[in-house]
Amino acid sequence: MKLIDEEGRRLDGRRFDELRKIKIEAGVLHRAEGSCYLEWGGNKVVAAVYGPREAVPRHTQDPVKAVVNARYNMAAFSVDDRKKPGPDRRSREISKVTSEALERVIITDLFPRASIDVNIEILDAEAGTRCAGLTAAAVALADAGIPMRDIPVACAAGKIGAEVVDGEVKGGYVVLDLGKDEDNYGNADLPIAIAPRTDEILLLQMDGHLTYEEFEQALDLAMKGCHIVSKLQREALLNKYRPDLEENL
Amino acid sequence: MSIIPTLKKDYIYKLAKQGKRIDGRGFNEYRPITIEPGIIRKAEGSARVKIGNTQVVAGVKMDVGEPYPDTPDSGVITTSAELIPLASPDFEAGPPQEDAIELARVVDRGIREAEVVKLEELCIEPGEKIWIVFIDIHVIDYDGNLFDCASLASLAALYTAIVPAEKFDLGENYPLPMRGEPPISCTAAKFNNALVFDPLLDEEEVAEARLTVATDAKGDLHAMQKGLSGGFTVDEVKKIIKGAIVNGREIRKKLQESIEKVKQNDT
Repeated sequence: MKLIDEEGRRLDGRRFDELRKIKIEAGVLHRAEGSCYLEWGGNKVVAAVYGPREAVPRHTQDPVKAVVNARYNMAAFSVDDRKKPGPDRRSREISKVTSEALERVIITDLFPRASIDVNIEILDAEAGTRCAGLTAAAVALADAGIPMRDIPVACAAGKIGAEVVDGEVKGGYVVLDLGKDEDNYGNADLPIAIAPRTDEILLLQMDGHLTYEEFEQALDLAMKGCHIVSKLQREALLNKYRPDLEENL
Repeated sequence: MSIIPTLKKDYIYKLAKQGKRIDGRGFNEYRPITIEPGIIRKAEGSARVKIGNTQVVAGVKMDVGEPYPDTPDSGVITTSAELIPLASPDFEAGPPQEDAIELARVVDRGIREAEVVKLEELCIEPGEKIWIVFIDIHVIDYDGNLFDCASLASLAALYTAIVPAEKFDLGENYPLPMRGEPPISCTAAKFNNALVFDPLLDEEEVAEARLTVATDAKGDLHAMQKGLSGGFTVDEVKKIIKGAIVNGREIRKKLQESIEKVKQNDT
C-alpha cells in the first residue's frame, strides 16, 4: 500500500508534519467532577474525572498521597470487528502507562488515602487512541480542578513508506500523527506524552523499526505535535471558563 | 512501599551522587548473565536466564490452530507472563495483574517488531491451519530487571525451539524458522537524576522512571516502553538508547554463544 506520494502527500492529503483535525470541548458531562470530549481525526473520546475521593478497597490507599487510576476502555462498536467488552491485555497496559503519566503531574500528596479516577472511553477509534485518550483525560483533570504541575498532552510520530529490499529497509518518511492505514501498514509508531512547560517525557512507547537518527526526528516531530495540541487544550478550557472570568471582572 | 527500601533510599541516592551503586557496579554495567537453553524436556524450546539473582524460565510450546482472519497465511505468537508467589513475597497468586501483562507485552513487542520469527513459514494450510507459538514466562526469583531477563529467556527459547511436526502428523520435526540476529532489550532506571542499567530490586523500588529499549544488531530500534510515574528529559532518553545499543551488542554475543552451543550438541 502506497502511503505517501513523491510530493510528500499522505493518503488523506496531509504533509509529513500535519496533524489530523482536532476538536476539544471541556466540561461536557453533568455528573463527573471534570470531563472532556475530544475528536482527533476519526477518533471520538470522552474522558471523565471522579475524585479525589476515598480510595476503595481500603488496601489500595496510600497513606501519603492519592492514587491515580486511569481506565482506558474501548466501546465494543468503536472498531471494525466488535471488541469484546471489558478490559483486555492491551487496554490494561494502556491504562497503566496513562495512569503513570498523569500521576507525574498531579500533586498527589495533597490527597492522602484518596483516589483520583480518570475514565477514558473510546467511542470511535481510528489510530492514535491512547494519545487522544490521554489528551482528553488531561483536560478533564483540569476541568475537575485537580491541582496539577502542568497539563500533559500526547501525540505520536511514526515512519511510513519504507520498502524492504532483500531484508534491507529502504527509504521511508518520518511523519506526524499516523492515520489508520499508516498505523496498519506503516513502519513504526512512537507515541509520547509530555509536560509541555518543561518538555519532560511522561509516556514513551515505540514499535516497528527506526534507526537512531529517525528516532531523533520522530521524537522531535512528536514534541512539536504535542505543543500544537497543548494550545488546543488550553483554548478548550478557556472557552469553558472565559465567560465566568469575564463575569467576575 | 515497605520500610526497608525507604531507609535504603537515602543510601542509594547518596551512593549515586558519588557515581556508585550498592553492588559496586558502574551505571552502565550489567550483573553477570547466564543463559541455559534447552532445560525443559517437554517444551519445544526453553531457557533459564539469570541476571544476577534474578531468574526467569521461559518455555515455548506449539500447537496447530486457525490463523487470524487478517493474516490467513501467517503463524501466530502469543506471550504470557506469570509473576508466581514463589519468586517474591510481593507476588500474589491469581490471574495476571497489570505488571505481568505489561511484562508479557513488552517482551512480545521486542520480539515481534524485529520480525525474527518467520511467521510466514508457520503456515500449514492458508486460511485453515497454522502454527501457534506460545511463549510462557515464569519468574522464578525476582531481584530486579525482569524485562531484560524475560526477553533474553524468551529469545533463547525461540532460537533453540523445534517445531513438533511429528506429533501432529505433519512430517519431520524441524527447527523453528528464525531470521537474522536477535533483538536485545535493555532497561535503565532513573532515580535522583542518575541513570542505571539493569536495576536491582532495591534500585527499582526507589526508581522514578524506567525505560526499556529493544535494538537489533545494526543498532536500529524496534520497541520501547517507558514505565513508572517519573519523567525523562529528551537527553536522558537519548543517553539510555545509546547505552542500550552498546549493552545490547555484548548481551547479543552471549546469547548467540549459548544458542550455538545447544545447536552443536544437537548435531
